[in-house]
Amino acid sequence: MSSNVIASPRSNSAQSPWYKRNKASHSSFEMFAWLFMRLSGVVLIVLIFGHLFVNLMLGQGIHAIDFGFVAGKWSSPFWQVWDLAMLWLAMLHGTNGVRTIINDYADRNGTRMTLKTILYIAAGVIIVLGTLVIFTFDPCPAGAVTDLPSFCPVP
Amino acid sequence: MSPVETAETAPEPLSKIELPAHLGGGGEIPTFDITLRVRRYDPEFSEESKWEDFTMTMYGTDRVLDALHKVKWEQDGSLSFRRSCAHGVCGSDAMRINGRNRLACKTLLKDLDTTKPITVEALKGLPVEKDLIVDMEPFFQSYREIMPFLINRSHEPSKERLQSAEERARFDDTTKCILCAACTSSCPVFWTDGQYFGPAAIVNAHRFIFDSRDDAGDMRLEILNDKEGVWRCRTTFNCTEACPRGIQVTQAIAEVKQAILARQV
Repeated sequence: MSSNVIASPRSNSAQSPWYKRNKASHSSFEMFAWLFMRLSGVVLIVLIFGHLFVNLMLGQGIHAIDFGFVAGKWSSPFWQVWDLAMLWLAMLHGTNGVRTIINDYADRNGTRMTLKTILYIAAGVIIVLGTLVIFTFDPCPAGAVTDLPSFCPVP
Repeated sequence: MSPVETAETAPEPLSKIELPAHLGGGGEIPTFDITLRVRRYDPEFSEESKWEDFTMTMYGTDRVLDALHKVKWEQDGSLSFRRSCAHGVCGSDAMRINGRNRLACKTLLKDLDTTKPITVEALKGLPVEKDLIVDMEPFFQSYREIMPFLINRSHEPSKERLQSAEERARFDDTTKCILCAACTSSCPVFWTDGQYFGPAAIVNAHRFIFDSRDDAGDMRLEILNDKEGVWRCRTTFNCTEACPRGIQVTQAIAEVKQAILARQV
């Protein structure tokens, strides 16, 4: 007779979600997320320090940075791929990091869902926008006179 | 006529072996005054917990558990705490002493700062029932889920299942667990919602996963490859620091992570 079974104390109160364990997930998503953090972290060290070195140290260093410098870099497929990889890896790495922080610190499922929705929308917008900029960038915009890269036709 | 002292009437010596002074024996045990600041909670009287101070004179050989006993036996009998063997084996008296999870029966008072009050409170992250007693059910729930028993599908042998010394050494560290919950209740990920399996469950899964006689390692790895499983570990080492048995808990969790990766990727 199941009605004779006495429930554990406070088993169904909102203050004690302890007794209700979440259902098993049966997916390896968390494992791949964990693996991605390690691998992307290693790749990002190379990408970010390479980026900083080329922009800040090589040649004239920081004084060389202007519109022409960036436009010149993005006209080369090498730097397009480099910056694209940096954008995607850094955004996914950071988003996943904030996702785990939300999972660890948000108490209630509602708060968790809301924060993660905002996070994913923000990350999605930045990734899409950044990718579009890298691929649709016009190094020689019409009407500009200063700071153009040297390969632009003289107006 | 004074009565003759026989072996039966002579008083029992204080110590069976009298050590000479130059061997360090016979010296007086130092005493000191301590203040024990205990976090009291009794839901029958108040939903609020409050700190209560007890002052007493203790000896250099006393442990925090002895101080708790002194309070309970001589000052306030309503003080509630768990203890069983009182010698660091049963794992009943894990509590937060000066903010760290430790066994009251293994913490000598002289090793703590006795000039300040010694704070004693219940383990964090588990529902407090009274004073220092917590409800261990959430802890044991995840412990049961990892199947902490030998599963062997081969025919029952007529003698013991043999194992080499190397095979035994593989999981030796994790056999030391006494289920005191000091590690799990020191884990910040467990504090949030208590859904994470917690270090103790993973340690006990490790004990069978790497046991050459056990056949259900894959099942346990599958259970721990969960969103509440090993991947929630942030390697903060709180568990390793809290373990009164000196188990390298974080390392055991990392080994389970590697075993899941090796199996899946």
